[in-house]
Amino acid sequence: MSRKLSTGRAINEALRIAMETDPDVILLGEDVVGGGTLEGDDLEEMGGVVGTTKGLVKQFGRDRVLDTPISEMGLLGTAVGAAATGLRPVAELMFMDFLGVSLDPLLNQAAKLRYMFGGKVRIPLTVRTLCGAGMQAAAQHSQSLYWITAGIPGLKTVIPSNPADAKGLLLAAIRDDNPVVFCEPKLVLNQVGEVPEGDYEVPIGVANLAREGGDVSLVGFGGTVPIALRAADLLAAEGIQADVLDLRSLAPLDEEAILTTLEKTGSLVVVDESTPRCGIASDVAALCVDRGFDFLNTPVRRVTAPHAPVPFSAVLEKAYLPSAERVAATVRELG
Amino acid sequence: MQLSREQLLDAYTRMRTIRAFEEKLEELVKAGKLGGFLHLYAGEEAVAVGVCSQLGNADIVTSTHRGHGHCIAKGVDVKGMMAELFGRATGVCKGKGGSMHIADVDCGMLGANGIVGAGIPLTTGAALTAKLKKTENVAVCFFGDGATNQGQFHESLNMASNWKLPAVYVVENNGFGEFTPTEYVVPVKDIAERARSYAMRSDIADGMDFFDVYERAGEAIERARRGEGPTLLECKTYRFMGHFVGDPLVYRPKEEAEDWIQNRDPLQIFEAKVAEAGLVEESDLREIDGAVTRLLEEAIAEAEAAPLPDLSSILADVYAE
Repeated sequence: MSRKLSTGRAINEALRIAMETDPDVILLGEDVVGGGTLEGDDLEEMGGVVGTTKGLVKQFGRDRVLDTPISEMGLLGTAVGAAATGLRPVAELMFMDFLGVSLDPLLNQAAKLRYMFGGKVRIPLTVRTLCGAGMQAAAQHSQSLYWITAGIPGLKTVIPSNPADAKGLLLAAIRDDNPVVFCEPKLVLNQVGEVPEGDYEVPIGVANLAREGGDVSLVGFGGTVPIALRAADLLAAEGIQADVLDLRSLAPLDEEAILTTLEKTGSLVVVDESTPRCGIASDVAALCVDRGFDFLNTPVRRVTAPHAPVPFSAVLEKAYLPSAERVAATVRELG
Repeated sequence: MQLSREQLLDAYTRMRTIRAFEEKLEELVKAGKLGGFLHLYAGEEAVAVGVCSQLGNADIVTSTHRGHGHCIAKGVDVKGMMAELFGRATGVCKGKGGSMHIADVDCGMLGANGIVGAGIPLTTGAALTAKLKKTENVAVCFFGDGATNQGQFHESLNMASNWKLPAVYVVENNGFGEFTPTEYVVPVKDIAERARSYAMRSDIADGMDFFDVYERAGEAIERARRGEGPTLLECKTYRFMGHFVGDPLVYRPKEEAEDWIQNRDPLQIFEAKVAEAGLVEESDLREIDGAVTRLLEEAIAEAEAAPLPDLSSILADVYAE
């Protein structure tokens, strides 16, 4: 059985199931409760800046849903310490841009303690974080910084493109014994889709072939999957059939799935809403050249944001983001 | 406070082991036998031992780049530590951690840490675990005066006080953050004052006196176990050996260092106090000295003979299976 839910509600459902099935799962972050009354029930809580955690405090109480001060480094470091000592925390970093004030607990602690300690500790930590453009939140609240976390050995980074995957990937992330960064792209947060009921996991590190075609491979993840799917519609009208591969997991990366679609089509366009340098799109392109060179009939092309901060004005933000039209035009250029 | 003869001998053994361990390491570096960055704890033994003597394996401690003393005080195997510093497969971290990341969670030692201040929120998290799981364990964080200028210190103290966590924050004020005198970069006279901003209890101990540290840390630990919240305990101490092995020590007056080393040595202070009280015989202590020397000779010989890590282990333990 399934029913239609937004990605945000699917995430809320995954959190509830994770907390119901494991008493060690706690939530902590800025405004994850978000007000409400401490005793009684006079005032409603916010449940996070976009309401994703709403209702959980009523079911699980304030011991398991912890509002932290606005102290991103302190709260992430505390979550790492809690994870190392027997809890299974889900920390919320309200916006991924705040990695700027909080990276050390992820970069130098969560990612490395197990390795440095000779394998004697596990860090079952999930960090949920809003990423990407699409809400006119401008340069400091719209970045897609998963290329930072995906590049750090010891961390995993996942990013869903639809509500059903969001639920299953989050349950898998929470139950993983490693630190996992769970990106919540603004482009898919309010997307509504069928979500299975009950407890299920989407395995980390396994890409999903979201659409099958034989002429060209479009690779996307998070918010660029719907863009790639629309581009595939545009191309289909012209007689070009596209595979659309949804990476779902950026670290580990499902290299075999990328090479499989490339072998089939001989042409690959990767679509990333982040900036072009040192990013996931470049990584995928490098993989195609490094391990898939013999499959290539055309150059590998990247469709990304420009090397610029995310602008505020709606027209600029729209132009900044990859679009189905740009993706389709890039495919046409391949000839 | 009444310590048994056994407890006193144990405390002395740990302090003497730390001192001898650090002296040996300095020799080994100078002989070209050890690599990496080494920050030695000699001079501060009374702090680590005064605090850790009152903790069990289930109580968590976090440490700093100057972490050997906290490991030994917490009961980490000295031979495993030595093998680690020699980069051997038999090291307590399988040769992956080295001096700045030495750890053994089986002893509740959640690591030295190469990032100044980074252990502080880890302790806060360990204390959160203890509180939510209702274990009555405590979490203790050791850090230097320099770390109290880091945001992680202030963010952690604020959270720990607000949540009444069972934590003890032990600042080892040795008068220098690397090479810079503390008073150049800290505007308060006593670092303990910083607790007031967080409505946290604080105390100041003579960090060269095991008994003073033991008593004040014991009160803080017991308060934490009773659910009465965290404490910031400042221990005034001194780094006998410089910031790192090879530090030319040009930045501090020789007379100042000599005064601390000659007149404030925590081992001598301990010995004088127990002798005066007639609690242990000098011969007991000399026997311990001999045993510690032999232990370290064995540890070095075994480390030198131990196998190097297999190169395939580079990829081991990046992720948990």
